[in-house]
Amino acid sequence: MPITKVLEAQIDHVSILDEHGNFDESLGKGLIPDEDLIKLYGHMVICRLLDEVAFKLQRSGRMGTYPQNMGQEAPSLGAAYALETTDWMVTCYRENCGLFWRGLPMEKILQHWMGDERGNDIPRELHATPIAVPIGTQMLHATGLAWAAKYRGEKRVACTFFGDGATSEGDFHEAMNFAANLDIPVVFFCQNNQWAISVPGKIQCSAPTVAQRGFAYGMDCLRCDGNDIFAVVHCMNKAIASGRDNKRPTFIEAVTYRLGDHTTADDARRYRDAEEVELWKARDPITRIKAFMKSRKIWDDSKQAELEEHADEAVSAAVKRAEGIEAPNKEDFFNWMYAELPEQLVVQRDTMRTSSIGQDPSQIESPQASQQS
Amino acid sequence: MANLTLVQAINLALVQEMEKDDRVLILGEDVGLNGGVFRVTDGLFKRFGGDRIVDTPLAESGIIGTSIGLAMAGLRPVPEIQFEGFLGPAYDQICSHAARMRTRTRGAFTVPLTIRVPVGGGIHAPELHSDSPEAIYAHQPGLKVVMPASPYDAKGLLISAIRDPDPVIFFEPKRIYRAFREEVPEDEYTVPIGKARVVCEGDDLTIVSWGASVVQCMQAIERSSASIELIDMRTIYPFDIDAVEESVSKTGRCVIVHEAPRTCGFGAEIATQIMERCFLQLEAPVQRVAGFDTIMPYYKLENDYLPDADRIELAIQEIGAY
Repeated sequence: MPITKVLEAQIDHVSILDEHGNFDESLGKGLIPDEDLIKLYGHMVICRLLDEVAFKLQRSGRMGTYPQNMGQEAPSLGAAYALETTDWMVTCYRENCGLFWRGLPMEKILQHWMGDERGNDIPRELHATPIAVPIGTQMLHATGLAWAAKYRGEKRVACTFFGDGATSEGDFHEAMNFAANLDIPVVFFCQNNQWAISVPGKIQCSAPTVAQRGFAYGMDCLRCDGNDIFAVVHCMNKAIASGRDNKRPTFIEAVTYRLGDHTTADDARRYRDAEEVELWKARDPITRIKAFMKSRKIWDDSKQAELEEHADEAVSAAVKRAEGIEAPNKEDFFNWMYAELPEQLVVQRDTMRTSSIGQDPSQIESPQASQQS
Repeated sequence: MANLTLVQAINLALVQEMEKDDRVLILGEDVGLNGGVFRVTDGLFKRFGGDRIVDTPLAESGIIGTSIGLAMAGLRPVPEIQFEGFLGPAYDQICSHAARMRTRTRGAFTVPLTIRVPVGGGIHAPELHSDSPEAIYAHQPGLKVVMPASPYDAKGLLISAIRDPDPVIFFEPKRIYRAFREEVPEDEYTVPIGKARVVCEGDDLTIVSWGASVVQCMQAIERSSASIELIDMRTIYPFDIDAVEESVSKTGRCVIVHEAPRTCGFGAEIATQIMERCFLQLEAPVQRVAGFDTIMPYYKLENDYLPDADRIELAIQEIGAY
């Protein structure tokens, strides 16, 4: 036989609770207990409100450029819900909802976008890395973090998040290749929100799915409705089990949509149709859970009113904390450069306002003395 | 004491640090059974096994990016990049992440990482195997950049680099990997990062150099009748300007020698700081003998590019007569 089939590929798309309220009992039953679903829903409502308030903070000059997360609450939240807190979350910047679920104080994210590095000072026990700004570089860190866990014989996995645009970057492919070939337990979680600023997904990937990129590296690939938290949790459970037990990476493509602009510096009306946005508003991850819970008689208007009041308080308090943090010490941008500051930097720091070249000769004589003063 | 080449001294440092600290692991292309393209990791795979001496896929950004993750988790990875010309793909990971992690997280995450890279020309290698990019990385705040010029310093500096809590690029001048031997103690010792070495003392003129060029400087000094002090910087960042200042204040004359292109080479920074610190002691302008502002030529012409004893001797004469 001159031609034989050597590979047959199949990508499954998982949908458990769709935007019309259809719920697949066979996959969804018992997946998320009612009391957890109520908490997850409440968390998404708070995160959506924070996102809206953050937008207003930027518009009123109280915060710098901010990338809205609106519409993408379910992917990172479903992932964070499925992960243990000892598993690494290695994010970019549209995973606020999952990070807050993990326990990151909301003011930390606000502080980051308010131009303060202290927003990235994430408590070690959260096992979350700070927002990664250059696109598609953090998946390699996730691979290294999971590799370290494997090296030490720990059961930890790392889940790393990125958008569809990032799957065009070289580091994305290198990370997939390292994890697959060296048996490193990483969950590669693509939030396919269809747009990389103004460039549509088809410019990033002309194949029918982004998920199939994982096939090229020999790893399991799953695709799901990213606005369906049940589907996200279903896929994550599979990926986490594969990582913990077999040290195998998994690729998950969660199909979602960026309802807002890329950032507050962007205006998406320049490049996409209002009809498309309206279509995806109808697929909102939050409203479908609310309708589902109401149909199950575990949610009602009075609980909703109570939640909204609580959300207002929680978000106001976070903003108050972010804005109330004392101003950073102007020496801090020197002091954190190295574990031990080189003498040249001590001189630059201590003469930053007293010498035009930052090196007043008299202070060069005894930098230690000026350090103490 | 053993009489070792620079390659052997580095190998010894790696073995000793790996035996002492199980957080240390080596990763890179061909570092395993093959022992690396220059055999620097020879024998380590058999000794420590595949979990600690890891042959990775052929991807420099991947090697450094995963090393950053390993380091953030508290390990002490020592990745090897085969040649300095292949650092380019890893530049983003080095400068956008490794160098920034401590300050942008205010210490929540650090990257104790030592990137070993053979550097420089003079071994008749193909293109992109002979460059000297140390100034590029010295210009990136957050990194330390080291380049030993002797087996003794190579061992002591590498141990310091591996133990350093911040990312270090450890450039290994490949021209002197096996050019000469030196007594190297079996016992562990460190050479501090950021301290220069006075190779020989003199009163008439100071030569400042680093890496393989130190050998050419010695040749020129041997030919000269002048009393010349030679300073091997050993570390490009943070650099020991105090040692340079002390010497130039004494001699009043200085020649800086490096393989890298002249414009914006690290010699420019040293010359500026000499001017700031010992202007009144200078008897002559500071002179640079460096690579030219050209692409490093293929090896038939590489000796015309590299600073040699003749060019250094010329500079000594010009500056001496000033």
